[in-house]
Amino acid sequence: MSNSDSGTYVSYLDYEGKHKGLMGWLLTTDHKRIGLMYLYCVIVFFFVAAIIGELMRIELIAPGETIMKPQTYNGMFTIHGIIMIFVIVIPALPAIFGNFFLPILIGAKDVAFPKLNLFSFYLYLIGAIFGVLSQFIGGGAPDTGWTFYVPYSAESSTNVIYALVAAFILGFSSILTGLNFIVTIHRMRAPGMGWFRMPLFPWSLYATAWIQVLATPIVGITLLMVIAERVLKIGFFDPALGGDPVLYQHLFWIYSHPAVYIMILPAMGIVTEIFPTFSQKPVFGYTAILFSSLAIAFIGYFVWGHHMFTAGISYGSRWFFSFLTFLVAIPSAVKVFNWVSTMYGGSIDLKPPLLFAIFFIFLFMIGGFTGLTLGSVATDIQVHDTAFVVAHFHYIIFGGMGFATFAGIHYWFPKMFGRMYNNTLAYTSSIVLFIGFNMLYFPQFILGIQGMPRRYFDYLPQFQTGQVISTIGGFILFAGLLIMVGNLMWHARRGVQAPANPWNGVTLEWQIPSPPPHENFDEIPEITHAPYLFGTGSDNKTI
Amino acid sequence: MIMKNGETHISSFASLGIVLTVLLALTTISVLVTGWHLGPFSVAIALIIASIKVRTVLTYFMHVKFENLFLKLMITGVFVLYALVIIITFIDYYLR
Repeated sequence: MSNSDSGTYVSYLDYEGKHKGLMGWLLTTDHKRIGLMYLYCVIVFFFVAAIIGELMRIELIAPGETIMKPQTYNGMFTIHGIIMIFVIVIPALPAIFGNFFLPILIGAKDVAFPKLNLFSFYLYLIGAIFGVLSQFIGGGAPDTGWTFYVPYSAESSTNVIYALVAAFILGFSSILTGLNFIVTIHRMRAPGMGWFRMPLFPWSLYATAWIQVLATPIVGITLLMVIAERVLKIGFFDPALGGDPVLYQHLFWIYSHPAVYIMILPAMGIVTEIFPTFSQKPVFGYTAILFSSLAIAFIGYFVWGHHMFTAGISYGSRWFFSFLTFLVAIPSAVKVFNWVSTMYGGSIDLKPPLLFAIFFIFLFMIGGFTGLTLGSVATDIQVHDTAFVVAHFHYIIFGGMGFATFAGIHYWFPKMFGRMYNNTLAYTSSIVLFIGFNMLYFPQFILGIQGMPRRYFDYLPQFQTGQVISTIGGFILFAGLLIMVGNLMWHARRGVQAPANPWNGVTLEWQIPSPPPHENFDEIPEITHAPYLFGTGSDNKTI
Repeated sequence: MIMKNGETHISSFASLGIVLTVLLALTTISVLVTGWHLGPFSVAIALIIASIKVRTVLTYFMHVKFENLFLKLMITGVFVLYALVIIITFIDYYLR
């Protein structure tokens, strides 16, 4: 018997346990409340970084100094990158949707270590605040870029150490979340939910969690080595001290390339949940999608050198990393074919989540194909460190992970808040975001090919047309964000009451009330068949 | 220590003492090796000694010895992954 059939119940939003009111949130160990706290933090920090991005776009609207000094610009692109990468795109999807939905999707009442989960959140918060504070204290905003490349990061007189410590703390939070998810998936799946009966979003979180646990410590140690070099003058990376700067790049990218998959794998998991629901059709190629997630996670470990083609690595390493980079495109393409095939022949209902998911495929494909340009040594040397890289990166991260996040929040919003948002505003925001995004970033492909370097405060007059289009796109994009966030925030409290299953989904989260009760299920469900069985007259479980 | 199937494993003080002695001996060796000027092999030897220590701690102190084959394989997989990452990095240095 499910909660939804049992009449009255207390949702996790209204539940009062040992602590009440604000303390009931700040000291909660409920995975859903922790997920929401991550969501609110991510929204706040995202707008901080987005406003910094807009200021950079305004600076670039004309050659020469417009609204800020070159050193301020260097600080701006550094903190924009640090917040966006370490505070938002790496932790956001596992922390928000993973926390909220992983236990529900596998039929559990919480994660394996609820207190550790809350500890991860506070580590995240401390790290994020440290990152923002690094802008305002001591020797001035860090100016190294989010990659902290040595020898400059060992020499810069700015607050590099604060930023490094922020990234280190955020890394710890990421490791603990990953560890929690691995144990949760191994030990807490509902009876009858074998590995191949688990929905694909938890599978993507599982692949991601392994990367979080295994790759993040490497960057943690590397950042500590930079601090040791700055403070104790130990020669790890600085040639003047007997170190090797290329070693830093190796160590940094051994983590930071797999980190791209920490960002994108859960995003792929989200859209994999959306396509079957809005096509009312089982996902095409369940096993292929599952193994492609694991393949991306595994191969993704061995492609880091494609960031270093111009850094002086050996000839043999260049072709080795180039080959593996092309190889990792295969499982990504498998997923795209499966998503499209899931829609083929289905009863497609183009609700806002599906529209965002389709935009995700379009933008991710552009990001993916231009990634092959960068993965090929010959072409990479031409466009390395140009605006082309900026465009590619944002198509993957914002166009991919960002639009999948928007799809996910529109998909699961009724479940999370128990309210419906305004569909017209949701459609409007998705289209405005899509137009603004492409206007902002597509010109940067062209600018890059023309020779516009990245991270430059100034540029030659021939680049101005592209820069102006890009800046206008930035404002359109920002308007889209405001419409979307305004729509969701307003309707989180004032929207029409959501039914338990507004989209006719079949996975477990749609079998419990909206919003879910404190412990998700009255009784742990027993799983009797594979997920995504539509139109069979049976749901996914027996409760 | 209580395992998944409810069995309890208590290691004897003698075996834990032997493991501790081995770990201290390996630590001493790794310090001594730094004075032997082995060139590029000094890093390899340090990593090998560290790997033996990690394996010993995992096996005895963390009771992996009593776990099932699946978990042992997963831990071995992690070791292989790190080994590959280190080997690939060093090959780049060798070929440069």
